[in-house]
This record gives sequence, structure tokens and C-alpha cells, in this order.
Amino acid sequence: MNQEQALYLLAGAWGTVLLSALTFACSALLGLAIALMRVSGSRAVRSTAFGYINVIQGTPLLVIMGICFYGPSIFGAAETSPLFAAVLALTVHAAAFLGEIWRGCIESVPRNQWEAAECLGLNRIQRMFKVILPQAFKIAVPPTVGFMVQIVKNTSFASLVIGFAELSYNAKILNNSTFKPFLYFGAAAVLYFLICYPLSWFSLRLERKLTIARS
Amino acid sequence: MTYQFDFGAVLQYWPLFLQGVETTLLMSFWSTLAGFVMGVGCAIARSSGGPLLRRVVGAYVEVIRNTPLIIQSYFLIFGLSSVGLTLSILTGAILALVINITAYTCEIVRAGIESVPRSQREAGECLGLSPLQVYWHIILVPALERVYPALTSQFVLLMLVTSLLSAVGTEDLFGIAGNIQALTFRNFEVFVVLWVVYLAMSALVRGAFALAGKFMFVRKRKLGTLL
Repeated sequence: MNQEQALYLLAGAWGTVLLSALTFACSALLGLAIALMRVSGSRAVRSTAFGYINVIQGTPLLVIMGICFYGPSIFGAAETSPLFAAVLALTVHAAAFLGEIWRGCIESVPRNQWEAAECLGLNRIQRMFKVILPQAFKIAVPPTVGFMVQIVKNTSFASLVIGFAELSYNAKILNNSTFKPFLYFGAAAVLYFLICYPLSWFSLRLERKLTIARS
Repeated sequence: MTYQFDFGAVLQYWPLFLQGVETTLLMSFWSTLAGFVMGVGCAIARSSGGPLLRRVVGAYVEVIRNTPLIIQSYFLIFGLSSVGLTLSILTGAILALVINITAYTCEIVRAGIESVPRSQREAGECLGLSPLQVYWHIILVPALERVYPALTSQFVLLMLVTSLLSAVGTEDLFGIAGNIQALTFRNFEVFVVLWVVYLAMSALVRGAFALAGKFMFVRKRKLGTLL
């Protein structure tokens, strides 16, 4: 592997990091909305969120990518950029999973905290944002960091339907022109591992700390 | 909106779609079966094997769980063919899926095994059960029963992710849909049809797992109580 090829691979890794960061930022917003909808007082709102989660979790990410890539131009958008389509698809997908993870965290805040907030005369919104969410946040950190690993790995799907130039895509291009699969895919695997493993390790450590703190 | 939808052009290829569904289900079935058996084996090795074995299995699980499936399958399939070992595309794809799903199954089952309280084993020993009976009736089967919902979700995800292997040329539902796109130029309609078919298939897989669970976990079927 010469320097130029190594730099090309690293440029791909940068694409992966960029895509992951944008996806995480967008899906955190959408995921929070979904999680809040799941614990809403209205039955219609709850079942809308439930339906969304079930439909998205039953659809392959590649199909969501296709819909997000070809869909916008049908509904009047001029042209869909690969980055936009990739972030949109990954966000729609990740938000369903984050929404479900965070619902679990919100519901695991002890019941008496909800009741105490009610007794203090806080309204629904105050109770959620001042009492429940700050406590749910602590519980949510370890699984969320763990899910970031999934997001990083899922960005590799963007190399297929959409053809966004991230790590897998660049590794494939290099392999196509040189045919040294062990070298390039091995190097790509190492780069993915270097991004993902610290997140996995950190998530596990946070989880252990939380378990000790709660027991 | 000026776009004219034309699902007829896409749906006339329904025999191709059906063939794709068959291949996808075939790939999912074999990788689920092999992944389940090997995953349980790895979980047993990781929770009660010797220190060396534990480390090896642990490293395998971490490497697989921290790299994407697409890179693993490129590495395996293109790598093997570069050293002159050519598998059929379908075999290579199933092999890649099995290597991947085994690591996830291992972690899920290990969590189940570790959740069995020590007192349960001791109670089993006091009742005069042999070590093998204790392992089977008191540790493994209840552990599997406890993690069965998580396993189900993981195997549904596996079925959905077989679509990724079309990148190495399998003619599964997603791969065949690529041909239909080339024939009709109706990309969006093809993706909508895929969406519906995959949703139906994930419902089917979920149903199959619920049914299999009824047969596998006699205790639950007879008592109906949670562990």
C-alpha cells in the first residue's frame, strides 16, 4: 500500500466519522421525540410512535436508503446529494432504535419520582423535563454509547445503494483496482475497530459504574 | 408532483421477486440454525472454558462486533478467492453471515447463562442431579428461555441484513430487485415493493420464532409463568 492509497483509505474513514456524527446528532433529536411519544398520555400518539418503531425495525436499512435516495426527487426535490440521503436514511433507522432504548430508560425512573413530582404541583412538561429526563439521562448514557457503535457500522450501508464515499466504499475501490482484498479490507477493518472498540469499551465501563451506583 | 407511479411495470416481475424471497429465506434459515448452534457453543466456552479458550472466543466476539458485516464479507469472500479458494456465492455469503451472527448470539446467550443465580445450581446439586443435568436443566435451558426475545430480535435483524450480501452477488430478494430496477428503471417503485415484502417477511420470522419457542420451552408452555 503506497502513501496515496493509505491517504485515500483515511479519507474514507473521515467520511465514516462525519456521517456517524451527523447521523447521531439528527437521530438523537428524532429519537427523543419518539421516546417521548411512546410515554405520552394520548393513546393515538403512543401508537403512532409504536407503529413507526415496528415498521422501521422490520425494514432493511438498504431499503430505507433506496427510499430516501430516490424518494425526494419524486416529491419535487431537484437532486438528492448522497450525503443528505445517507444521513436521512440512517437517522430514520437509528431514531427507531434510540427511541425504544430511551423509552426503556424513561420508564425505569422509579415510579415514586413521577408521583413526587406530581405532588409538588409540577405540570406534565415540567415533570418530564425537570424531574424524569435528567434521571433517565444517567441511565441512558451507557446503552447510547453502545448504540453509537451500531451507527458507525451502519454507515457502511451507505456505500451500496447511495454510493457515499466512506471507508467501505473507498476500500472496495482500492481493491477493485489492485485486487489485494486481505490488505485493503483488513486495513479497513482495523480502522473500523479503532473507531468502534473505544466506544464499546467505554459503554461497558459506564454500565458497570452505573450498576454499582444503583445497587 | 408530476411523477407517474407505475407499479404494474414492476409487479409483472413477481416470479423473480418470489425467487428472491426464497433465496433470502434459505440464507436466513441456514445462517440462523448454524449461528444458533455455534453461538451457544461459544457462549458455553466463554463462560466455562479454560482461560485460553475464553480469551480466544472473547477476541473473536470483539473483532466481529466492532467491524461492519460488509467488510467482513468482502474480506472473507474476496480474500478466499484471491488465494484460489473459490466458494459458490451462496455458500460464501452464508458463511459470512454465520461468522457474524455467531458472535452476537454468543454475547446474548452468555448474558443469559450469567444471569442464572448461583443458588440455583447449588439447589440442583442438592437434589442429586448430575453435573450434566444441572448444566442442561438449570443453566442452559432457562438461560435460553430468558434471552429468547433478544435472540428473536437478533435473528430478525439477521434476515433483514442478508440484503447486504447482494453486494457480493447473491440473488436474494435485494439482489434480484437490482435486476428488476435495471429492467424497468422504476427504482422507487421497486423499493416500495421491497419494503412491503420485507415487512411481511419479518412478521413471518417473528411468528416462526414465537411458535418454535412454544415447542422448545416446555416449562413455559405448561406453566405460562415468567422465569
